[in-house]
Amino acid sequence: MFAYLVRRVLLMLMLLFLLSVSVFLLFAILPGDPARLTCGKACTPAIIESNRHRLGLDEPPLTQYVKFVSGIFVGRTFSADSPQPIKCDAPCLGYSFNRQEQVMSLIARSAPVTFFLAIGAFVIWIVVGLALGIFAALNRGRWGDRLIMGISLIGYSMPSFFLGLLLVFFVIIKWQFLPFPAYVAPWENPFQFFQTMLLPWILLATLYAAFYIRLTRNQVLEVLSDDYVRTARAKGLPERTVVVKHALRAGLTPIVTAAGLDLAGLLGGAIISENIFSLPGLGALAISSIIDSDLPLITGITILTAAIIIFANLVVDLLYAVVDPRVRVI
Amino acid sequence: MTATSEEPLSGMPIVGSADRPFLSVNDLHVTFPTEDGLVQAVDGVSLSVERGKTLAIVGESGSGKSVTAQAIMGLVNRKSATVTGEIWLDGQELINLPQREVQELMGMEIAMIFQDPMSSLHPFYRIGDQIVEAIRAHRSIGKAAARRETLEMLQHVGIPAAERRIDAYPHQLSGGMRQRVMIAMALINSPQLLIADEPTTALDVTVQAQILELIARLQGEFGTTVILITHDLGIVADVADDVAVMYGGRIVELASTTTLYDLPEMPYTLGLLSSVPRMDQKLPERLDPIRGNPPSPIRLPKGCVFQPRCDYWQRVPGEACLTVRPDLLESDPDHWVRCHLKVEERKQIARDVKQILAGGGE
Ligand SMILES: Nc1ncnc2c1ncn2[C@@H]1O[C@H](COP(=O)(O)OP(=O)(O)OP(=O)(O)O)[C@@H](O)[C@H]1O
Ligand code: SF4
Ligand SMILES: [Mg+2]
Repeated sequence: MFAYLVRRVLLMLMLLFLLSVSVFLLFAILPGDPARLTCGKACTPAIIESNRHRLGLDEPPLTQYVKFVSGIFVGRTFSADSPQPIKCDAPCLGYSFNRQEQVMSLIARSAPVTFFLAIGAFVIWIVVGLALGIFAALNRGRWGDRLIMGISLIGYSMPSFFLGLLLVFFVIIKWQFLPFPAYVAPWENPFQFFQTMLLPWILLATLYAAFYIRLTRNQVLEVLSDDYVRTARAKGLPERTVVVKHALRAGLTPIVTAAGLDLAGLLGGAIISENIFSLPGLGALAISSIIDSDLPLITGITILTAAIIIFANLVVDLLYAVVDPRVRVI
Repeated sequence: MTATSEEPLSGMPIVGSADRPFLSVNDLHVTFPTEDGLVQAVDGVSLSVERGKTLAIVGESGSGKSVTAQAIMGLVNRKSATVTGEIWLDGQELINLPQREVQELMGMEIAMIFQDPMSSLHPFYRIGDQIVEAIRAHRSIGKAAARRETLEMLQHVGIPAAERRIDAYPHQLSGGMRQRVMIAMALINSPQLLIADEPTTALDVTVQAQILELIARLQGEFGTTVILITHDLGIVADVADDVAVMYGGRIVELASTTTLYDLPEMPYTLGLLSSVPRMDQKLPERLDPIRGNPPSPIRLPKGCVFQPRCDYWQRVPGEACLTVRPDLLESDPDHWVRCHLKVEERKQIARDVKQILAGGGE
């Protein structure tokens, strides 16, 4: 187990390294001059050059990369030779000259929004997805199963922006059950927080639950016909024990791990939901950084979200190894 | 078709084998509704086994052996299949028994070993715990005592270093070891009836004999009644008292092992035996197994189910083999055959075939 852990952590570090290198390479070989993108219409070559210098873009890519990585661990200073050097504390993911702010603090402001959005949706979709999926599997072919599968098919095939707009139109505009969303932190105004998050949670949870209901149903049906479940029955165990301890334990493990990865994907920002409901999360930040061609911010967000996913992969795999003894020896 | 029993369903058990053998199956039908139509997996099977004896059920793939076994065990899912007929075990009818009571019998009075030991144990749990679970499902004894009992049983079925292996996961054991674990689990509550569904098919040839020996030894020790399912007639001769040959969901021949090997009367059995080298040691493997394919369980021929593959149907007058289903009739005491040929003719055919086989070396 320990060797497995070490191996997996090393693999993760290697992946992170490759990932950050490729993000850097990508921006280095991309057509267009990033320095040119930093200033608007009233641009002179002199401004471009000074921006290039401030961004460190006049240095060779390798130097840029080393500075970026060391910035994460020990911090760095931009425009060190200018009269107003900009200090960026560790962990420094860069400095957005467009927004005059450290990338890390921009992210730190948006991340909680996305975090609450993702976690809330995750809890709803896991509970609903697993419960309905298991119910459908155990009642295969009956009307309950058909109803659940029919509804999940609708949810599954509905484009997210469309469902989001429907929710906004009916719940907020037409019926006025909820006010227009205005995000506040839960510790500032819990009531308003829930009012704001309710529809985004429902939107995301619906999309994922629809998928997870089908996944769970198929998985449960499959394990129910597995040989070891038949063995459990042949021992004369009560049906409950057969289903819960033998079938579900084995059948749901891969689903929960898949959900862990989906959660990680959401933590990197739920672009459509955040935009529909004006939530200042990572997805919204990413979109606006692209619109503004804010290169340091784009780089920071890309690397951070990818790191979250790689890390989640590690956590999920380790959890899997804890649950399934077969994994450890491989 | 539906055999309704005159016996009280949950009344007094009829004790003693005077009027009824230990296990008797009466006109068992198992039907699966599928998208392609009704699958008649078991179509009127009747058989009986005396206490402590071994009945072998042989037949090609798809002949309904496993479904018969699972119906006896109570493992056929009643939501997806129709089961009719009677199954009497030690004076108790099982088909109409409430699920709760079937559960009490499973793993306690009747136990089962399956074909694939690789997939029959739960991959997430230690083998010791899986056996302990089987004990505690039926007997209220403490965990420590159950574990002691488990360890003894693991040693008893010949698992080396059982003190260590008891905490192993299934994937850490070889196929033969896993089948031993399955046997230990099946016998842990000293069941009266053990159903072994192709217990050696998935194993190496060398291990096969060991497992069969183990089953035979334990049967002797515990006095267990055994139903051994196999498609390998070669292993039957050593272990079974009686043999039931199944084809297309029915029994086509039922006899004591000696009788069946000596003078099989149904052409299908004859074909099966001819392809087993054991029948005559000099016999080369040149004999083909029976030509053609088993029938589809959905569209069975109108007459004898074996007719499309039978070499002798033209000897029956009036093309009866094409139009009339033969019944399972007693041709000698305790020798049942399902074939339109006259008894004497069948015996002659068997003698002729044996003759050819015996002289086939030249
Ligand atoms: N759950 C099921 N649904 C539909 N058909 C089934 C089901 N189980 C078994 N059958 C069919 O019933 C028939 C008999 O199957 P069974 O498993 O008893 O054969 P078998 O004699 O054990 O063969 P094998 O040697 O391959 O194990 C087969 O045609 C099979 O396809
Ligand atoms: S009944 Fe006819 S077809 Fe069937 S086995 Fe006998 S001879 Fe062959
Ligand atoms: Mg079978």
